[in-house]
This record gives sequence, structure tokens and C-alpha cells, in this order.
Amino acid sequence: MAIKDMFSKQKPKKKKYATIPSEAAKQDVPEGIMQKCPKCKKIMYTKELKKNLHVCLGCGYHYQMTAYERLESLLDEGSFRELDADLSTGNPLHFPDYEEKVAADRKKTGMNEAIVTGVGSIDGRESVFAIMDASFRMGSMGSIVGEKIARAVEEAIRLHIPFIIFTASGGARMQEGVLSLMQMAKTGAALKRLSDRGGLIISVMTHPTTGGVSASFASLGDYNFAEPGALIGFAGRRIIEQTIREKLPDDFQTAEFLLKCGQLDAVIHRSDMRDKLSFLLDIHQTGGDKK
Amino acid sequence: MTGLEFEKPVRDLQEKIAELKSFTTTTDVDLSDEIAKLELRLKKLEDDIYNSMTPWDRVQMARHPNRPTTLDYIPHLFEDFFELHGDRTYGDDAAIVAGIAKYHGTPVTVIGHQRGRDTKENIQRTFGMPHPEGYRKALRLMKQAEKFNRPIICLIDTKGAYPGKAAEERGQSEAIARNIFEMAGLQVPIVCIVIGEGGSGGALALGVGDRLFMLENSTYSVISPEGAAALLWKDASLAKRAAETMKITAPDLRALGIVDEIIPEVRGGAHRDAKHQAALIDEVLKTVIASLQTIHPDELIEQRYEKYKKIGGYADETAGPKG
Repeated sequence: MAIKDMFSKQKPKKKKYATIPSEAAKQDVPEGIMQKCPKCKKIMYTKELKKNLHVCLGCGYHYQMTAYERLESLLDEGSFRELDADLSTGNPLHFPDYEEKVAADRKKTGMNEAIVTGVGSIDGRESVFAIMDASFRMGSMGSIVGEKIARAVEEAIRLHIPFIIFTASGGARMQEGVLSLMQMAKTGAALKRLSDRGGLIISVMTHPTTGGVSASFASLGDYNFAEPGALIGFAGRRIIEQTIREKLPDDFQTAEFLLKCGQLDAVIHRSDMRDKLSFLLDIHQTGGDKK
Repeated sequence: MTGLEFEKPVRDLQEKIAELKSFTTTTDVDLSDEIAKLELRLKKLEDDIYNSMTPWDRVQMARHPNRPTTLDYIPHLFEDFFELHGDRTYGDDAAIVAGIAKYHGTPVTVIGHQRGRDTKENIQRTFGMPHPEGYRKALRLMKQAEKFNRPIICLIDTKGAYPGKAAEERGQSEAIARNIFEMAGLQVPIVCIVIGEGGSGGALALGVGDRLFMLENSTYSVISPEGAAALLWKDASLAKRAAETMKITAPDLRALGIVDEIIPEVRGGAHRDAKHQAALIDEVLKTVIASLQTIHPDELIEQRYEKYKKIGGYADETAGPKG
């Protein structure tokens, strides 16, 4: 080896590789006392983050929330009465390994399916709430999700109260095939019934709301809202890029992008959500609605 | 003749028969016995092959390049079809054709996905994959049908809604959702027939009605077999397996309680004889339109709701929909 080679760039480069942690390791701070924002990399106390409704204290990034955390953040304490928590998923197509996957997610999340429904109140005003949870099978919609939504809508009709849905879903559940697809029709038809009876429908799309869910009940509110930064769209980004053979803008299919395209009524920050919903419920109770 | 892989034995035998026939015309040898025997064998072979089609065979049949499209059936099914254009907001989507016509003397509105019949037409019609303006045109004309009390007939034949930037910007999701929502409440009879591929939300946006029929070799699915294979097993080449697992054929959907009736196809597939196929569709359609027209609109909508409410697969009976 020549002497000058000892000063070549190769050596420090090797060292660099050894000291920089992998991209995965950077994101993957173990759950515990501290959390690192996936967007701005700010390190926060988990407790503080929870208190801030799982919104980054640095950049306002909205973390995903579980359905029960969401309910807690919105509803009057102790007002929630859950519906249909006992329905259980079948395997209508006898899809390999499907039951095991569902069972694992039931255990992991403590929920029977990817949605929690029930009656609760905000500032004393009752509504039916349907809250999806992306931690259960990516929030995908199968027969039970469709049935729980339809029953929740029927409950809103029965009680003459508004229906408020928070969506978080990758779309239709593949393992239930065309039965999943038909849940789009079932939920859409249920909302039409409620709407025809003068019922108020509010949809809040959270990250992510795509495919068959965005193309059914998520888009059928009298008011369609979204949380900041939420991914919302029908076709997947990769499929579109393959079809049109061009790169899509970074903000494509975000809540902000959709607002600009005229597809949303408003993007609402999580910390304002309760107040805004309360305002709407008030507006709709002080007259103007069909009884 | 464009033949499919699984039909090859039939094709081979047909060729052999044709050969023998031409041989007899050019020489003095009498082969009529032989030919008769082979023709009998051909009939049996056709029975065997077309009565035991696998889901993947049906997928190939549903995608056959010569399979009749909406515009191929319309002249055989209706009198005086008058095509109407545009959504009044953005444009006219050629991936959906719609218009008014007479059906056995009754005014109706006809709407269907429209694939191209060659490459040039396919480009113009974006391969039968609609944009939001296509669904909005359909809805506009469905509302018109409701106003004038005309039954609506929807012919479904699409791989799915168009996956593109412009489609997303103009609200593909909202357009599909809106059609589903509004179709659930239209005060006139709606009959939907899957004539080729029924692909996902893009199909369903013309697919909510009082009756759903499928042609024997059509498919209806939440995602294409290729898409399912890529998503579930990260390998699009497993499409054949996905076609079987996903339950997408007419008999599968009948068994799942989604389809009301299967419309039989011409032996060897609808593409063999579009006119004859139209007659087979007409047979079913005629009766159902007449019977739906006798139902009061409120009752019609109620029944339509119940039809969809009961679709689903549950772990046990108690989980099924309650009355």
C-alpha cells in the first residue's frame, strides 16, 4: 500500500458507515418514556404527547390514535355507550390464515373489529359515533365493519340524533373479497336512509382513508372534514404513478391537497376538533333541521 | 377465431373435422361416417370443457377481446337508443355511455361502461375505466330517469375506476360514493347486469339496484386477481390462484347471496354470438322490469335497502343482521 493511500477517503467513509444508525433504527425508538416524531424528529415525553392528543409538540404531526383514545378526546366523560361490541368476524370465503390474523388483532387491540360504534355526547348533545381504528387489520372494511356502521346509522335514525364517523382505513378487506365491496353499498344505503330522514352526517377522515372506504361512507357527510396531513384517496399512489408514468407531487392525496381541489369542507386540527363538532351540533339543534 | 388456452382441444378437433370435410370435397373417398363420429366427439368434448370451466377460465372469457360491450348489446336489446353526453360540470367521459331508449315499448334509461373494441378506441375510452365525470354523467341521467319515472338498466363492464392524478383531483372517491348513495334512494326500478368484468368500486358505482344479474362467464370482484395476488402474496403471477381464492365468478357470487340470477351464455362464450346473447339477456330482463314496475317506489327503496343490508359473512348466525 502506498503511503498516500493511507490518507484516501476510503477509511473515514468506512468509519462513517459504522457510526450512523440505520434509517429504521432512527424511527424505531422503543416505546416508553420518550417518543420521536417521525416527521420532524423532535424527541418528546410520551406523557406530554398523549396530553397533546398525540400531536407532535414540534411540528403538529398527527399520530394515529386508537378508537378509544379518540372517543376519550372528544366525548363527555362517561357518556359513551358502546354498540355491537360482540359481533365477531367470520371467514366467509374460507381464506387461508384469515381467522388467525383477526384473532391476533383482537388480542392486540382489545377490539372486536376495526371500528368502535356507540352513542355518546359532546357538551351534552348526543350523537352516534363510529370510530375506525387503523391498528386492527389496517382499518380494512369487511362484513363486520359494514354491519356495525349500518347498525350505528340505524340507531341514529331510531334516536333522531346525528351520525359522526371518523375514518381510518386502507380500504376494503381483501380476505372477504366481494363481500367487502358490498359493504360500500350497505353503508351508503344506510346513510341515504338517514339523510332522507333529515339526519345530520359528519365525516372526519383521518390518516389513512383510502380505497373503498374513501369511496363510500367517508365521502358521504353533510360535512366532510379531515385531519392535517391525512392521506386520503381512491387509487394508490404507486398504481397511479405506474399508469401515468410520471412522478406525483409530494403532497398528492393529503388532506391539504384535497382541500385545495375542493374535495373537503375543512381541515381541522385535532386540538380544535371537539369545539368544531360541538359548534356544528349546536347549529343543527337550534333549528333548521327536518324533524 | 380467437381462442382461449383451455379451449385448445375443442379447436384442434374442429380443425380436424374441417380438414376431413375439405378432403371429401376434393376426393372421392367417403368419410361421412368418420366425420359424424368426430362431430359427436366434439359435442361431448365441448360439454366437458364448457361445463367445467375454472374461475381462471372464466376470467379469460370475461376479458376476451371480442366479448360484446355495452354498445354491442344496445341495438339488440333496445329500440331507438339515443345517447346523451356530459356531466354538465366538467366534461364527457367516453368510458361510460348513457342514454334513453325504448325497451319493449317502455321508455328506459340505459347506462353502461364502455371498453374500446380496438386500441384506438380503448385509448379514447380509457379502457372502460371511468373518471369522476363519467359517474356524474351517469348520476345526472339516473336523476333524470327518476324525474320521468323511467326504469334504469346498468350494464357493468370495467376493470375499475381510472387510477389517475386528474381523477383523484376531481374527486373519484366522492363520485363513486355519491352514486352508491343516490342509487340506494332512486324512486325507479334499477336493474344491474355484469356483462364482462365487474371491477371494484368502479363497477359498484353503476351497480346498486333492485336486481343484480351476472352473465355466466362474467366476474365481479373487490380487486383484480393480479392486484389481489400482488397485495396478498407479493406476486402478481399468482393471479390464477387469487381468482380461485377470491370467489369472483357468477356461481360464487350466487352462492354468497349477492347475485339474484345468473344469465346463461352462448356455448363457448358471449363473443360467439352477441345477438343470441342479447336474446338471453332479454329473456330475464323483460320479466324483471315488468315485475319491478308494479312495486310502489317506497316499497322498492325499502326492499333495495334490505337487499344490501343482509349481505355479509359472519362468524355465527347471531351476528347476522337483525330484522
